[in-house]
Order: sequence, then C-alpha cells, then structure tokens
Amino acid sequence: MKTIHLTINGQPASAAVEPRTHLADFLREHVGLTGTHLGCEHGVCGACTIELDGAPARSCIQFAVRCEGATVRTIEGFDDDMAMTQLRAAFTAEHALQCGYCTPGMLVTARDIVQRLPHLVNDADEARIRIELAGNLCRCTGYQGIVRAIQRVLRERGAAPGAA
Amino acid sequence: MKAAAFEYTRPATIAEACAQLVASGGMAKPMAGGQSFGPMLNLRLVQPESVVDLNALAGFNGVRDEGRAMVIGAGVTHAAIEDGRVADPTCGLLPQVAANIAYRAVRNRGTLGGSLAHADPAADWVNTMLLIDAVYLIEGPSGRREVASGDFMQAAFSTALADDEILSGVRIAKCGPGTQFGYYKFCRKVGEFAEAIGAVLLDPSRGVRRAVIGATAGAPHLVQNIAAVLAGDSAAIAAEVRAAGCDEPYEFQMHAVALQRALAQARA
Repeated sequence: MKTIHLTINGQPASAAVEPRTHLADFLREHVGLTGTHLGCEHGVCGACTIELDGAPARSCIQFAVRCEGATVRTIEGFDDDMAMTQLRAAFTAEHALQCGYCTPGMLVTARDIVQRLPHLVNDADEARIRIELAGNLCRCTGYQGIVRAIQRVLRERGAAPGAA
Repeated sequence: MKAAAFEYTRPATIAEACAQLVASGGMAKPMAGGQSFGPMLNLRLVQPESVVDLNALAGFNGVRDEGRAMVIGAGVTHAAIEDGRVADPTCGLLPQVAANIAYRAVRNRGTLGGSLAHADPAADWVNTMLLIDAVYLIEGPSGRREVASGDFMQAAFSTALADDEILSGVRIAKCGPGTQFGYYKFCRKVGEFAEAIGAVLLDPSRGVRRAVIGATAGAPHLVQNIAAVLAGDSAAIAAEVRAAGCDEPYEFQMHAVALQRALAQARA
C-alpha cells in the first residue's frame, strides 16, 4: 500500500492505496463518489472521464497511486460551475441522455469542448463536435441530442462573451 | 477488469529510474502517460512485477532549441503538441498528427516518448518520426546513446531500447520555408488505431524528400524509390507497398491509397 495525498472536488484527501487500484475504483469505492461510471475499463468508452489537473482524463487507466499531488474533479464537483450548469440544462432540453450511464463522462467532455473550442458556434461545426465526442460512447441517444445540447451551449456562450 | 498486483516506484531522475529497472532484473516496466500501458495492465496482457513511473522525472517534458534542430522531451503530451504549447520544428506536421491521435482525454495524458517506446505499428508517432528522420535519445546505466530513425523500431512492439534504458527525447531537424507534407490514415472510427498510414515530407530548403508507409505488420517502411513515387508512378507505388509487406489485396489497396492521398496533400 502507498499513501497518496490529492485534492478531490476542492477538498484535500489522503488514502492508502494498492498500486493496482485505478483512479475510478478509488473514487467510487474509497471516496464514495459513484458519479464516475465504469464501462469498458480500458480507455475506449469514455464513461469514466473525469478532470485531472484541469483537463479531461480516463480514470479507468490512470492509477490512483500516480495521483500524488494531483487535483481531481469528478461530476460531483461541478455543481457551481457555470458551463456545467448550462450543459445540464441543455442536456435536459435536448434529450441528450436516456439511461444516463455515459452522461458523467459525456458532460466532462462536453464542458471541455465548449471551453476549449468556443468558436464552434456554426451549423458547419457539427462535424468537428462529433469528432471531439468520438471518445465517449452512448448507446441510447444516437448522439443527436448530445450534439444539439453542446451546440446550444456553445451558442449561448457565444452570445454572452466572457462567460466563465 | 483490474490489473494484477504490481509494485510501484516514482523516481525523480533518469539515473534513479534506470537503477530501478536494472535492480528489477527485467521484471519492471517504465510507465509514461500510461494510455496504452494502462489498458494492457487492466487487460492483463502485461503483468510486470513493478512499474517505474516516469511522470515525475525532471526535464522530461520540455523542449530544447539546438539551433538547426530541436529536442522534444519524451514526456511531452500529445495535447501539448496539438495545442502548440511546445514549439514545433516541422511547420505544422507535428500538431496536425497530434490532434488526430485517439481522443482528447487520452491526448491529455499520453506522451510522445511513451508512444514511441510502446511501438505499436499503427500508432502515429513511430511513423512520423521515420518520416522526419528524428534521432532517438536514449539513456541507460552505461550512459547516453543516439539511435537513427530507421533503427529504433525493429518490429511490432519491439524497439532498440534495452530493458534498463529509457527514451529521453527525440531530436528533430527544423523544417525550412516551403516545407510541404501530407499525412493520411484510414481508421474505422475516429480515434481508433490506423488501418493504413501514408506520409510524405518535402522540404526543398534541406533537399529532403521522404515518404513512409505505416500501420503495417511491423516497423514502418521508408519509401526507397522516392523520385518515382513523387512522380505518381503507380508501378513504383505498388512496389513500395509490397516492400512494406502489404500483399493482401485489401491491405495493399488501403496502403496504396493512403500514400497517394498523402502525396496529393503534400502537393496541394
């Protein structure tokens, strides 16, 4: 066992972990943050996508022991986040989920898209949004609602420059 | 799907990392970004006794300007190259290639050096480094050595690295004005490993004309009869694709077309 110290959703945390424990299992089983979902457990489906040191990462192929000093933000840590608030409303309005299994990872990726690529506000940018979403699999929606929700938020933010 | 148990170390220097690899007697594996190694551990395709984490190594993720060339540290992530957070000596080739590796969440963690040392034939960097004739910078218990671009990858998942050596970076010559390139890959889905890769680099300022056929069964193939291939000679292209080991009609066709599309991009 190795003891790690990290920040999770703004709170300092420390725990003894086995090196083989991946970050998603650590978050779900040791910290009780079950909003992070596990699909394929080999980095393909995107369900477990969280924010690690400010950027999206797959928590199923990141080992918790490597996260000494890291800053982790899970879906539970975005309650007050402006972009995520907009995305939650847009996902509801556009029917961007059915079962919800992929949604936590989908939202983390969606937030990265609207923040990193704010210029994708035109209809013609749909293809690029779909490319950016290619690492998050959804088996309910056919993606149409998800793409529309992201487009809606991109346009909302484009209309109000400076939105954080 | 969980990894088998392993020991874990996090050395602060390359010397320390090499010492730990030596001490393991070949039973340790170095881990950089872990975006291929992590899945392989979870799938139990690999079950090392210990993992030597390279993420904390000092000076591993920087870029050094050497005048006519630049050294890019092995720990630089695909996303850093994609975003232009590290200088690009290739007139746009490296950022374009980086932007199409896997998915953003993977590019945020995956590293140039990790991908090269892993040496998946269908990965982008092993093919790109041969195209741009990068020099591999290797450190080990007996010091530093350099390996030419054509000598690093020896077969699928097999490189010139010894068990106790670490790739510290690659030296890339700066491309000059008028550089043109093409890079085309067939993927069954965005972000998947390539089925076929064609790549072309033309830098008239240095007299460089190179082309690569990648995502083969082994190491990438450097086009030999470059003049004829650049002239669009279909018999010459066919001969190169066969020399790359792509004989099956389906494979042959994809690799030939990938190379032709890369040629068209470079000429555009």
